[in-house]
Amino acid sequence: MLPDISRDKQLAILRRMLMIRRAEEHCIRFNDEHTGLIRGHFHVYIGQEATGVSVCDWLNADDYVFTTHRNHGHVIAKGGDPKKVLAEIIGRATGYCQGRAGTFHVAAPEVGVIHTSAIVGGCLALAGGTAYAAQVKESKAITVVFFGDGAMEEGVFYEALNIAKLWQLPMIFWMENNYRRSGRGAGHAATELTNVPKALNVETTVIDGIDVGTVHKTAKDIVSRVRKGEGPLFVEARTHLWPGNAFNMPKLVGGVTDIAWAWDASKAPEKVRDWHKDHDPILNYLRELAGAGISRGELEKLDAEVSQETDAAARFALESPLPDAKAALNYAFAGKGI
Amino acid sequence: MTFGEALLAAIDEVAEQDKRIVLFNPSFAGEAGHEKLAAFRKKYAARIKFPPIAEIGFCGIAIGAAMAGLRPVVDISTATFSYEAIPQIVNEAAIAYSNSGGQTNVPVVFYMKFGIRGGGGVQHSGSPQSWYWNTPGLQIVMPSTPADAKGLMRTVLTKSEDPTIFFGHDRLLDDLGEVPDGVYEVPLGKADIKRAGKDVTIIATSIQVPRALAAAETLAKDGIYAEVIDPRTLQPLDKPALLASVKKTGRVLITDESHDNCGVAAGLAAIIADEGFTSLRAPIKRVSIPPVPVPYAVPLEDYVTPMAQRIVEAARALCK
Repeated sequence: MLPDISRDKQLAILRRMLMIRRAEEHCIRFNDEHTGLIRGHFHVYIGQEATGVSVCDWLNADDYVFTTHRNHGHVIAKGGDPKKVLAEIIGRATGYCQGRAGTFHVAAPEVGVIHTSAIVGGCLALAGGTAYAAQVKESKAITVVFFGDGAMEEGVFYEALNIAKLWQLPMIFWMENNYRRSGRGAGHAATELTNVPKALNVETTVIDGIDVGTVHKTAKDIVSRVRKGEGPLFVEARTHLWPGNAFNMPKLVGGVTDIAWAWDASKAPEKVRDWHKDHDPILNYLRELAGAGISRGELEKLDAEVSQETDAAARFALESPLPDAKAALNYAFAGKGI
Repeated sequence: MTFGEALLAAIDEVAEQDKRIVLFNPSFAGEAGHEKLAAFRKKYAARIKFPPIAEIGFCGIAIGAAMAGLRPVVDISTATFSYEAIPQIVNEAAIAYSNSGGQTNVPVVFYMKFGIRGGGGVQHSGSPQSWYWNTPGLQIVMPSTPADAKGLMRTVLTKSEDPTIFFGHDRLLDDLGEVPDGVYEVPLGKADIKRAGKDVTIIATSIQVPRALAAAETLAKDGIYAEVIDPRTLQPLDKPALLASVKKTGRVLITDESHDNCGVAAGLAAIIADEGFTSLRAPIKRVSIPPVPVPYAVPLEDYVTPMAQRIVEAARALCK
């Protein structure tokens, strides 16, 4: 369903989702077209855009978002600049972290993503910390920690959730289940992953994570409840693994997404056809917007504008300088002594 | 004032002024200070949390809170308990400032009681100072006297923006010592000569300082005048002061209560070999713990503890 907001706001959400999709496609193309540009493996957010964007739509600039090794989408969703994200992914001096972080640890403190861990479950307790700080400071800021189904296999999940509940921390445990783990075989003994928070008396909600309207409505409710002091709350948003994510190095197995497939899925390459037809949050949303009377021409124009912007961002990244080698020794300590 | 009371006094002094200071499980004061601790806990009840037994959880929360502008002080209690939180301390707190290109500070303090406490056995006698020192991004503070403990804690709480591991040796906690009146700071990265001498430099950390001073007293009776120098902080490290002392004496013995292999003494020895080799008239000598888990029974534990007598014997051999 469509989110219950103005047409302009609906389109703004589409714009952010497309920005993530196009930026991630550039990320994969960096790896495919330039040997060694991305130094090692990486992960993309394709297929999960509806959750990050819809949740962040309800957050303020001073709310905290924590993410994972799959961080590019969350940073952009929180308001991050795709230029600085793409530049960081390829280790440029103009990136969010001056090339120190790379694809796995993109942090953008200026938009509330103060630290990013690529260790599975690495940010769960840290998110408890920013929530606790907000509680101590009596600020209205809340914290959302995004994580995948795999993080629930980690011990820190249990400890962080338990303390969050005991201290009633203003935070949302937002699990994006992309079935990356459970799809490969049993990673967790629980029949339903929500049974784990339920055992600690943390209220849970399970939703379809590819439907913008559902995610947006749920996020509105959960965010406002946590802001009122009803935290912590737990959400499981179910998404469907994008076929290109089935590898350690993502591949554009069907090429870049052509939004024309929203109207005629048979045009999509066979390898990705079913996914785009049934599980792609962006094409799903486009069909709904078209159904509500927004012309195909207007939607295509919006996509073209976003593509132009992300193409420019990719060029910016590629043309940006690498950091000066001696900068390696900077920032070990805020204090002076080494 | 005891070592434990000195820590408590420093925190009290700063916390009164700075509302960003919050405390997890504060138990600093040792046996002697339990009444003062009770008063402290009452005074700061609103800013104190007693978390569940969940080190990776509450250490991570403290780190996240520091990133968000608080200045948490976490009493880990026994240092080996911090091993449960290594992923958060080493792989999040220590790297955040560097990873973010200087944007995200983590001014958190992890206080821990370390070392051979007497009957701690294999799991409660740990000395992880060299592990943490081998982690860029962590400040390592290990004072030997109540006066240094108070002044260093104040500096860490008021001036530092980096994550700090603050080591107090279990056997020092109830040690009495003179503490200057009023407010004062001991700077980080400034070594202190605890006893001047000319024949051999003894670099000693934490509990090894009183042991080295006792050894120096014995050595003086043999006509060997040892200089005892306490780095007080390993990170930052006062290399010039250590090298100057070695230059003066030409001999150096390094003693610390971590294990020999890749221990603190080994790390300091490497620096002196690299940068002070031409000052040396004898090989560098280490007195630390042999590479075995610390055993329980008295004779076994005594055998591996770097007592004053071992320092005396090693210094005599160096000065032959």
